[in-house]
Amino acid sequence: MATLEVAGTALELDDDGFLVNMDEWSKEVAEELAKADEISLTDRHWEVIEFVRKWYAEKDESPTLRRITKVGGIPTKELYQLFPDGPGKKVARIAGTPKPEGCV
Amino acid sequence: MSETKSTRKIAIICSKGTLDMAYPGLVLANAARQAGIDAVLFFTFWGLDIVTKKKNSKIKVTPVGNPAMGMPNLVGIIPGMTTMATSMMKKKIEGLDIPPIDEFIEMIHDAGVKLYGCRMSVDMMGLTEDDLVPQLEGVITAMDFMDISEGAQTIFV
Repeated sequence: MATLEVAGTALELDDDGFLVNMDEWSKEVAEELAKADEISLTDRHWEVIEFVRKWYAEKDESPTLRRITKVGGIPTKELYQLFPDGPGKKVARIAGTPKPEGCV
Repeated sequence: MSETKSTRKIAIICSKGTLDMAYPGLVLANAARQAGIDAVLFFTFWGLDIVTKKKNSKIKVTPVGNPAMGMPNLVGIIPGMTTMATSMMKKKIEGLDIPPIDEFIEMIHDAGVKLYGCRMSVDMMGLTEDDLVPQLEGVITAMDFMDISEGAQTIFV
């Protein structure tokens, strides 16, 4: 099983690179998860991450990309620029929430 | 990570102009982009309605000849049945937070799907590029499609 080293602690990751224990998520962990995807987090990334985490806290599921654009107000094009090469899982992985279950 | 820098590519040929056959191609192309996979959509024959401005908000589903919809054909031919079935399906789709076709096309275009119209179908239906949605990369021939679908997994809908 893959692990992610954050501040001297090895966190367990599943086959898709998601945290096995979501309680281990922190801003530092998000930075490291993003680094693994060659993303360096900007304020705009944090807006997306905070929206996703808030959604998850309220609804116990990750928002689909469409909800991030429609409700979170991040345009589709920008979302693909912020999280290139497959934002579908990447956004949730970095935000430390489960894989999104919707189709759009 | 498993899905980064994918070299996979998918090409979907949309040939039907009914609601139930319009969505699968759009949903799959969108899913491909969400997973970091290149996607090309080619609209041919009745599938061209999906990208025709005057038609894509009026695409319908008919219960006639479609046993999956559970309505006897004789009932399905009653005037208004197609409209009713269409409005029911559209409501279900909306309830799942899936956008209507025109908005869906905008969304997948922004997501990086490349959309093309079929030259022969455009000519056959007497359309010009002005009749088609602005998100199309262009109107191309079957042979052009061979070029743009090179190396792609191709799906015919």
